[in-house]
Amino acid sequence: MKKQTIHVTINGTEYTKTIEPRLLLSDFLRHELGLTGTHVGCEHGVCGACTILFDGEPVRSCLMFAVQTDGHTLQTVEGLGTPDKLHPLQEAFHEAHGLQCGFCTPGVLMTLIPFLEKNSDPTETEIREAISGNLCRCTGYQHIVDAVKIAAHKNTDTN
Amino acid sequence: MKPAPFEYIAPQSLAEALDVMDQYGYDAKLLAGGQSLIPVMNFRLAQPAVIVDLNGVSELARLSANGDGGLHIGAMVRHSQLEHSPTVAAKAPLVAETMPHVAHPQIRNRGTIGGSLAHADPAAELPAIMVALQARFRLQRMGGERWVHAVDFYQALFTTALEPEEILVEIVVPPLPAHTGYAFHEVARRHGDFAQAGAAALVTLDKRGVCREARLVYLNVGNIPVQTQEAAAALVGATPTPDLIKAAAQTAAQKEIDPAGDIHASADYKRHLAAVLGQRALQQAVTRAKESWAS
Repeated sequence: MKKQTIHVTINGTEYTKTIEPRLLLSDFLRHELGLTGTHVGCEHGVCGACTILFDGEPVRSCLMFAVQTDGHTLQTVEGLGTPDKLHPLQEAFHEAHGLQCGFCTPGVLMTLIPFLEKNSDPTETEIREAISGNLCRCTGYQHIVDAVKIAAHKNTDTN
Repeated sequence: MKPAPFEYIAPQSLAEALDVMDQYGYDAKLLAGGQSLIPVMNFRLAQPAVIVDLNGVSELARLSANGDGGLHIGAMVRHSQLEHSPTVAAKAPLVAETMPHVAHPQIRNRGTIGGSLAHADPAAELPAIMVALQARFRLQRMGGERWVHAVDFYQALFTTALEPEEILVEIVVPPLPAHTGYAFHEVARRHGDFAQAGAAALVTLDKRGVCREARLVYLNVGNIPVQTQEAAAALVGATPTPDLIKAAAQTAAQKEIDPAGDIHASADYKRHLAAVLGQRALQQAVTRAKESWAS
């Protein structure tokens, strides 16, 4: 099949790549660009592990073709913090033990970044609804909810 | 790679998209939000030869309230847009209220109304809502178009009135009669999962509280949305008391649906849900219609 060339901005870096149209965005990020922070779980839109930001909004990267990102702006978990300087949301997860194995965490974080920007003081119900599309097999979600509350308070305190 | 190879065509206008569909028809699949199509492609349950990506067709992404009082929704309007649009909330509050039940935020950011309606999943909310609202769908092909009522659009499991060369381009939701209450209720195992059953109700009351019109439509209790006749008719001309509403929902659940059980809900359980959800939806719609007279 005919390959196509795309230009896409990811975490502030511009990439130009020539790819097959059937290449999933999740596989593009991991295999073509080496951005393996985006995890791949179910690959049919159920688990949420591959959630990234597409033009600022969280989407499943396993349910898009990479060719569809031509001209768009993406953010993955690599665009948040670094091991030396975690993003405040990542710090909150660290603080509240909001992860165990960490497989779902990148997807959870990328879901929550725009959520907290729009809703700086969410209720527990709102938090649980926000992460309803992300499966976690370790935490039972309670520590994730705690982490979101800590992150929200950090934001409010610094404002 | 997961999906089988395909030719990718990304038209930038509706005319171009219609031309492509005219050329490829049966071999082509339209890619809207991709939230149902791409999963089945990942499983290789679908291996279309040609993918026609509508995401570049900006004409299909319009949402407006026209002079006729109806809400005009382009097929590529995304679920999240329907969920948050003040125009939708004002003109079709039943749609706005239903949207948070449609999958998860990440899915709603990509999924489109046209994609959901044309996919015709019996467990999806939007087909049932559009049947309840008596929406009309504009189907276009190269050189022509036709209008189909939502209730006639759904023919069988995952089967609609769409011909291979046609594109569902627009959905028109007519204004509701004055003093119409609305409600949507569903039961799902987890928030955002496909519902085991759901019910949408619309009830119009006159100022004496007598029901002038009633609609009750179910999702996921059959292969297509089920529009009840007897249950709705039982309310018209009467004052819908809680007992009457309960009896109407029982009629719907016992006589007007024929649910098949699945791994998440037996047929009996779906019948039970239909009675409970029908009652809740009708009751809330009646309450809202009454409130509209009070305000």
